[in-house]
Amino acid sequence: MSEKAVNKNLPIVSKRLGLPDAYKLETYLATGGYDGLKKALQMNPEDVSNEVMKASLLGRGGAGFPAGRKWSMLKANPVKYLVINGDESEPATFKDHDLIELDPHQIIEGVVIASYALGVNQAFIFCRGEFALGLERLQSALNEAYDYGAVGSDIFGSGFSVDLVVHPGAGAYICGEETALLQSLEGKRGYPRIKPPYFPAVMGLYNQPTVVNNIETVSNLPWIIQNGGDAFAAMGQDSSAGSRIFALSGHVKKPGNYEVEMGKVTFRDIIFDPEYGGGILDDLELKAFIPGGVSAPWFGPELLDLPLTQEAIASKGSMLGSGSIVVFNESTCPVRAAWRISKFFYRESCGQCTPCREGSGWIEKIMHRIETGSGRMEDIELVLDVCDNIAPGLTWPPKQTTICVLGPSIPSSIVSAVNMFKQDFVDHIEKGKCTFGK
Amino acid sequence: MGHLSEEVLNKARILLEVYPNKRSALIPLCHLAQGQDGYLTPEAIIEIAELVDVTPAEVRGTASFYDMFHLEPVGKHVVAMCTNIACMLRGADELLEHAQEVLDVGIGGTTQDGQFTLEEAECLAGCNNAPCVQVNHRFFGPLDNDGFDELISDLKSGKLKDIVPEHGVLNRVERQHGLKATPDQIQAERDVMESAKKERLAKKSTS
Ligand SMILES: Cc1cc2nc3c(=O)[nH]c(=O)nc-3n(C[C@H](O)[C@H](O)[C@H](O)COP(=O)(O)O)c2cc1C
Ligand code: SF4
Ligand code: FES
Repeated sequence: MSEKAVNKNLPIVSKRLGLPDAYKLETYLATGGYDGLKKALQMNPEDVSNEVMKASLLGRGGAGFPAGRKWSMLKANPVKYLVINGDESEPATFKDHDLIELDPHQIIEGVVIASYALGVNQAFIFCRGEFALGLERLQSALNEAYDYGAVGSDIFGSGFSVDLVVHPGAGAYICGEETALLQSLEGKRGYPRIKPPYFPAVMGLYNQPTVVNNIETVSNLPWIIQNGGDAFAAMGQDSSAGSRIFALSGHVKKPGNYEVEMGKVTFRDIIFDPEYGGGILDDLELKAFIPGGVSAPWFGPELLDLPLTQEAIASKGSMLGSGSIVVFNESTCPVRAAWRISKFFYRESCGQCTPCREGSGWIEKIMHRIETGSGRMEDIELVLDVCDNIAPGLTWPPKQTTICVLGPSIPSSIVSAVNMFKQDFVDHIEKGKCTFGK
Repeated sequence: MGHLSEEVLNKARILLEVYPNKRSALIPLCHLAQGQDGYLTPEAIIEIAELVDVTPAEVRGTASFYDMFHLEPVGKHVVAMCTNIACMLRGADELLEHAQEVLDVGIGGTTQDGQFTLEEAECLAGCNNAPCVQVNHRFFGPLDNDGFDELISDLKSGKLKDIVPEHGVLNRVERQHGLKATPDQIQAERDVMESAKKERLAKKSTS
């Protein structure tokens, strides 16, 4: 395991997740809660933005766009709404879920800080509908925050007001895509909007300039304001500043959310270190892992020593994405894994674009018949051909043929499985059954 | 009117108040109606349409896009079992098979006694507790076959009725502060912030 400097500042966003009752105002205040907001309100809004710019805080929703730059993109056009993306449904991602249920005040404090910096008087937290407890905790925290004077009119006597609404989703992965999310918040079907405009900052909620940020992104703000943007930027590596929560699942002994300093920890550390994943389930060999959510291409064991930064992972042809690592041990059938992921995309495609709607269905069908032993040898080429129709060239990052990137994300796992484990496909077809006993 | 209860209507009024646009309350109102009836009844759809000022067809057409809304009656407990990648790796498919045997229903089916509807779910963001199951959107997991059987018997005996309410994810969500800042107030604040900004800029350029 590599040398790790102990960082006294960590954890930043997840520090209260282990405390009992951290979701209550009392505990929150006892642990420094709302001090960041009080400090921010003493500053000029531009200076608050500048701290976030200095922090080089990258968005934690998947695309990794710098939050400070997003906020300052349209200086001429005042932002009207702030919308927080808490729809978390990327398979194997469960960090926002914990932040919502266990530390809702930190989110609210972050939202108010961001609203102040942006000059926004109306903000929304879009919370995944399936998080029933999360919706309850968020709303009671919000009630407490209103009573405390941290949200609403004339916050802490500063003259600044913002209203905050907790809005429930209703079960659709695609509503995590920011323009679909806005459609859903407007009471419509969650159909992603045609781009351009590329950014909701140009035309967002009710066609007004809107900033969309992820739950974990805004959860970092109280700390950044308290400790300064430079302190945050001093941690991490390259453009991946600060710390980040990685959601670790699949065949590890201790699945869970682990916050680590970016770049200081490798995949090997997070999977094997007793402090994190604790090694492979049943002490089997590692077969492969997905580095950043099911839209990301897979990695083999030879890339275990890669540090966890956006650049390092991109340089090897995949992405950090939503920060979710899925571990496969040697008992995993790669055909079955890729099939299951394709089934997810098939079920969640919103159906607006032909390549995505039709392609996902075809891929799921072909993968299913290979997995269950009814495949033909031509099916391997065929499934790649369908993938190529969705994302021509099968390159990474994928080429865009559709309204949103859900479609072009479909081929990643299929292409990975075929490239890395072609013999397993051949075996399934030749033996007429799953060779892993399914 | 007259189908949605007074309690639901009170919550609906607050929701209609907090959004800049009525239609935004459509999905929350569907959650409330589903909380009352277990599914979206035609009567509820008509009332929601009136409340948010669209046609009933639009309410139905919007609701049908979303997995959480049921347009047909469901059992008292909707058991949603994730089989996505992290849960699959931890035996979700085998657990789902077991569930079908124990409950004697197929996926999407409701038991004869109306107690359980079984659903196969996509990732529920509970992958650290895989395989993970939701009952009326309350989390359970990791579950093996025995754990599942115990869960079902606890649900039947009513032992979990405080943890697993009947239907609807907003039933226990109470917004206590329905007030928005008035447009005048917001405008006044914007003016103050704008002039403060001008002042600061003026200072910067002279210094
Ligand atoms: C198909 C799809 C699903 C997405 N799901 C989520 C999600 O669940 N949560 C999230 O924060 N961002 C999600 N995103 C990214 C959002 O579109 C958006 O980039 C993000 O919320 C911006 O916040 P950030 O800049 O703070 O990361 C998704 C994007 C796509 C294309
Ligand atoms: S790519 Fe797929 S999910 Fe995205 S808009 Fe097109 S059909 Fe919908
Ligand atoms: S994969 Fe089952 S909860 Fe995430």
